Amino acid sequence: MYGQSQSYERIGGDLVLCLSGGFHLAPNVRGPYDVETSVPKMRGIGAMEVVGEIGVLSRSDFQRIFDNLSSKGYRIVGPIVRDGAVVWDTIRRVADLPIGWHDHQEAGRYRLEQTGSKEIFGVVHGPQSLKPFAFTPREPLVQIERSKDGFTTRSTLPPSEKVAIIGARACDLAGLAIQDQIFLQGEYQDPYYATRREGLFIIAVNCTRALQTCFCASMDTGPCAKNGFDLALTEVDDQLLIEAGSEAGSDLLSALSLSPASQGLTREAAARGVACAQSQVRRLDRTRLPQALHEAHEHPRWDNVAARCMACANCTMVCPTCFCHKVEETPDLTRQNSEHSRLWDSCFTQEHGYIHGKNIRPTIKDRYRMWVTHKLASWIDQFGTSGCVGCGRCITWCPVGIDLTEEVSALLKSSEQRSTSSRPQEAPGR
Amino acid sequence: MINPYLIHPATIMEKIREADSIHTYRLRLNDEETRRNFRFAAGQFNMVYLFGVGEVAISIVSDPEEPERLDHTIRSVGRVTSAIAQLQLGETLGIRGPFGQGWPLEAVRGHDVVIVTGGLGCAPVVGAIDYMFRRRRHYGSVKIIHGVKTSRDLLFHERFEAWGKQPDTEVLLASTRPDETWRYHVGVVTDLFERVTLDPAKTMVLMCGPEIMMRLGVPILMRRGIPATAIYVSLERHMECGIGLCGHCQMGPYFLCKDGPVMRYDLVEPWLGRGGV
Repeated sequence: MYGQSQSYERIGGDLVLCLSGGFHLAPNVRGPYDVETSVPKMRGIGAMEVVGEIGVLSRSDFQRIFDNLSSKGYRIVGPIVRDGAVVWDTIRRVADLPIGWHDHQEAGRYRLEQTGSKEIFGVVHGPQSLKPFAFTPREPLVQIERSKDGFTTRSTLPPSEKVAIIGARACDLAGLAIQDQIFLQGEYQDPYYATRREGLFIIAVNCTRALQTCFCASMDTGPCAKNGFDLALTEVDDQLLIEAGSEAGSDLLSALSLSPASQGLTREAAARGVACAQSQVRRLDRTRLPQALHEAHEHPRWDNVAARCMACANCTMVCPTCFCHKVEETPDLTRQNSEHSRLWDSCFTQEHGYIHGKNIRPTIKDRYRMWVTHKLASWIDQFGTSGCVGCGRCITWCPVGIDLTEEVSALLKSSEQRSTSSRPQEAPGR
Repeated sequence: MINPYLIHPATIMEKIREADSIHTYRLRLNDEETRRNFRFAAGQFNMVYLFGVGEVAISIVSDPEEPERLDHTIRSVGRVTSAIAQLQLGETLGIRGPFGQGWPLEAVRGHDVVIVTGGLGCAPVVGAIDYMFRRRRHYGSVKIIHGVKTSRDLLFHERFEAWGKQPDTEVLLASTRPDETWRYHVGVVTDLFERVTLDPAKTMVLMCGPEIMMRLGVPILMRRGIPATAIYVSLERHMECGIGLCGHCQMGPYFLCKDGPVMRYDLVEPWLGRGGV
């Protein structure tokens, strides 16, 4: 899936915004990171919701957290190296984590490198976000069994399971919060999602290293976890700073009886978060969204990107927030039983826009436009927030290296120029 | 937590042939408690399930005041509907619902009503028409305008005849490819918009049918003075869940399964004419 790297001429010349050499963030790069003023005010490391003090644990003692979670009956899940990428799997000990590894990501490119260091959380992320844990790629919904006078049905809710996830990033937490909003806070609550979600204990890791594809600072979702975690870690050399973000996290933290982190160490951790935000080379300008994208419906750039896009759906599969799914019916060979399941779907498939006898979105151009317009514009109308968290996975895992930030920049730039000559049709508010 | 995905078995009490490959299935939920608690509004839909094949979104045609009887008029066009067409009396289908927003029958009260439908689009408004005729004095004049391709596509012929006999009610039918027995207008349904008598200040419009009929027809009605805010359309998109979660039925900012299928025209107007939305 990865390995190809193709480069295309950058239309938006201002995309690569080098922020090094100063503490001040560039215009439009929003974030809570103003190092000169914010550190003394903060209780957490870039975090706003912290329960209790920040504790410190040496790297060699990290196993204590594993042992504590195991004793509480949690299955522990963390990043491991497999097949040239980092994926989530069940782990038992610190040594299972990708120690010393770094990931290098670019448009259409993912590479791991062993640095030889003792760093535990040097890999930022793999293709999976937190999405598969609560919104699973395949979820059986209803079991149907034939009876003498028709059939009977029963829901197949998953068993509740306590799962502790170690190594979630701020962008992943932001993605999970968006999924929670969709599946739990709307008119209908999804009991399958709710059952899986309830069992999650999340240990976040604040990022201190940005990838070439990261743009969370411009989406205001990272690189430090702000909320939605039980514990958050910051790795500073051979120390791990630990803060709690929930009562369950706070309980675990007390059980570890850690010594409090010194002010100097806390400041260093925060400074690394700031430096990480500032080192991000990609950004997404949200100032004129959603309106500007609704107005760009006839923009020639859609043809340009459609000529490159293969409609493979990778971007939607790796996206932490994409929630489209389809329902599949699987009868067994006896035709006595049938299973009604949902599977991840993608707006890039031929079938997504099908209604009897016609396809609403027959071309790749229609589908790419649907995805981007939904993610960055209609999503705001629907849920009051962007559907993008700036994780950059859609850029990395695109086999032809289409860069969302670059496409949006091109779409917005020309629409500005066009708006001086002709007034585009206005899209409605909600 | 209520499980909105749970399918409830229902028995086919009657199967009525309406036209070539179109049948109305009269369903009765098997479970007594589910049946007793089932309530719906005219214009809402159910997800109708066939064992081993799957689900499809179908509007409820019958009277909301008799919620134990659920009529669904289904044309066999796809994988699920073609298989449903094979079923006989006494066999079992499944139901989840009701879902979506129905016709704004309370807002329409006190107005003249123009009902415009095309093809099978007449089905989702049958319940609304019956509702209004049972409360005839609460509504002003009623115009029912319906277009079909061939005369053989005309469903509910007796119903249209009966509606036409109601006081202060006019039924106007159009066919583009009629046979020699056709007694009504020959041409497209939107032709009738020009000739129907209207008091635009007190008229509300309910419309259901192909989107092309809406795109071409609504401007005529608006030219005649009816504001877009007085026009309601029932829209159709692919639906897998019915509860706003599966993502298929989006039109711009709307999920038509939960924000629709009935939408006020001014809200969807910017999206209707756009390709690929």
